Amino acid sequence: MTAEAYPVLEEPKTFFLAPLSKPAPGSAGKTGTWRTHKPVVNLEKCTGCLLCWLYCPENTVIKLENGKVAIDYEYCKGCGICATSCPFDAIEMVPEV
Amino acid sequence: MVVKTLTGNYAVAYAVKLARVQVVSAYPITPQTTIVEKLSEMIEKGEMNARMIRVESEHSALAAVFGAASAGARAFTATASHGLLYMHEVVWWAAGARVPLVMAVVARAIGPPWNIHVDHQDIFDQRDSGWIIAFAQENQEVLDLTLQAFRISEDPRVYLPMMVGLEGFILSHTMAPVDIPDQELVDSWLPPRRQPYVISPDTMYSMGNIAPDEDHYMMRYSMAAAMEAAKQVIDEVDKEYGEVFGRSYGGLIECYKCDGAEYYVVITGSWAGDAKKAVDSLREKGVPVGLVRVRFIRPWPRERLLEALSGAKGVIVFDRAVSMGSVGPLFADVAQTLYPLGISMKGVIAGLTGVDVKPGVFEEAIAGFIKEAEEGPVFVPSEWLLPRKYRGKYPSIPREVIAR
Amino acid sequence: MLVEIRFHGRGGQGAVTAANILASAAVLEGKYAQAFPYFGAERRGAPVVAFARVSDEPIETHSQIENPDIVVVLDPKLFELANVTAGLKEGGVIVANHAERPPVEGNYKIYCVDATKIALDMGLVVSGWPVVNTVMLGALAKATRIVKTESVVQAIKERFPGRLGEKNAEAALVAAERVHEC
Repeated sequence: MTAEAYPVLEEPKTFFLAPLSKPAPGSAGKTGTWRTHKPVVNLEKCTGCLLCWLYCPENTVIKLENGKVAIDYEYCKGCGICATSCPFDAIEMVPEV
Repeated sequence: MVVKTLTGNYAVAYAVKLARVQVVSAYPITPQTTIVEKLSEMIEKGEMNARMIRVESEHSALAAVFGAASAGARAFTATASHGLLYMHEVVWWAAGARVPLVMAVVARAIGPPWNIHVDHQDIFDQRDSGWIIAFAQENQEVLDLTLQAFRISEDPRVYLPMMVGLEGFILSHTMAPVDIPDQELVDSWLPPRRQPYVISPDTMYSMGNIAPDEDHYMMRYSMAAAMEAAKQVIDEVDKEYGEVFGRSYGGLIECYKCDGAEYYVVITGSWAGDAKKAVDSLREKGVPVGLVRVRFIRPWPRERLLEALSGAKGVIVFDRAVSMGSVGPLFADVAQTLYPLGISMKGVIAGLTGVDVKPGVFEEAIAGFIKEAEEGPVFVPSEWLLPRKYRGKYPSIPREVIAR
Repeated sequence: MLVEIRFHGRGGQGAVTAANILASAAVLEGKYAQAFPYFGAERRGAPVVAFARVSDEPIETHSQIENPDIVVVLDPKLFELANVTAGLKEGGVIVANHAERPPVEGNYKIYCVDATKIALDMGLVVSGWPVVNTVMLGALAKATRIVKTESVVQAIKERFPGRLGEKNAEAALVAAERVHEC
């Protein structure tokens, strides 16, 4: 079926609340506070293969313009999957102080 | 406009076609199967522009149409008995998500033992889910009610799914004349599909994610508000339908021979037709009795019932379902509605599991109640009307009689 | 008398276990108790809470604790990450895993113990994390006397039989010695 076949929305006319949500960055709060260990990228060793970017379940590995990566510490939960997935040992998990 | 002789199930199928439903999904179960068989045939012949989704169970059937409806399609499914029970989880999801949807329920007894005959237990089992639930009396009403269901469910004051109940075999497999309206007339009356939101890759909504308890509570509250609003919508839609198609049924309730009545029968479904024959016979004998047929179980027509029954001396309710350990579900709602009137009331459990109830049986029960009530006010929450061949052969369940 | 306690921890630190052991300790003394988590989806590392009630009378209330008498904070960082004094009664007690007085405003009685150091010194480490929940129970018992330190020790040993329980119990006793008003 084509999109044209779909109807337009019509606003409800009674008090209305539905179990809807829209994905948005940080909709679960600043999850960076959950970390006990933080990933630190060694840019010398990073080859820009982007495996960490692919594996990060939280979308907190940022692609840099130079082809390498950085971490969004606002939302990184510190799970360590990036460090485990890195074939070049370029990411180290450092305890949070 | 063309009059055809149709089974109740085919009447549903024609209404679904006229409503230009885009997605159908169902799993076969007696006595529902011929609805989707007919629809499948219509789609296959190119008479209907819809997609039939084949599934492995009723749970998936409702999930599939729920998904299609969330994505913006006018969608339909049908089931019965054990199939409906298997759907039960998704029944709640569809209502809680506020997705307009129509489902035909061909009422059938629940096993064990295996039984394909009618009672109302399956549909009453969905009573609290947030669906609008209606029951038809005749095949013509089945078609009209199914068409109306799309209007009601998709009304921006309502946005709740709706079940159209018809009795297994008694309507579903019984041929009767049905006036099929013209497609152009239906198109002019039934607006394009409306719904509160559409889930698609463009809108990127997610439905059903975790929410704070307080928000969830408010969602329930909003469903209750929609149910209240639906009462007016149902009466309105039925009236408009009458103006366009020449048939209307009284909306939430139908009053039969209510003029001058002192005692009333309250009943729902096709066996109301048989009860009406009993009322006719009693009226001929000078007994002032009328009948109220509850067309909508949910939303419960409290105001309409109170208005219709305000002058009653007594009300007898026939339930074709029972809440084990309590009373019939129809009686429970009638009793809470009429509580302020303080009149005589009796709940009768009959016709369960397909047991045939003839006009004469109704008449006897109604006349018996009136005789009791004339002697003094009575309140009998549930009295089991045993099948004729077993009457007097089993001890009676001690019945609670509360004299007022 | 009914005492209501809220434990603040981070997912995986054992706040719920601490509440459970506290309840067991109270029951060992013939008191009545309840322990319950915040019923939700908990996540490792995220700030979490758990609750306990201790009373001389049977406890029939099942609603959530909004105004605790006592707050136990298992992780020093929670003083930044969470609002640990939310709803805490005026003059209420805070028992903190903190070497010195934590940054808290308000009229509260604050007790400090460096539970992380005790846990590390005694080799109480699981998956790289110092285990401070049992340590903090020793400090809680000593500071507030809602249960006896011996009861906490017994409850810990019942919960963790063998060497593990002994080690945890010992750590609780050390904390009971070192806890001080700050």
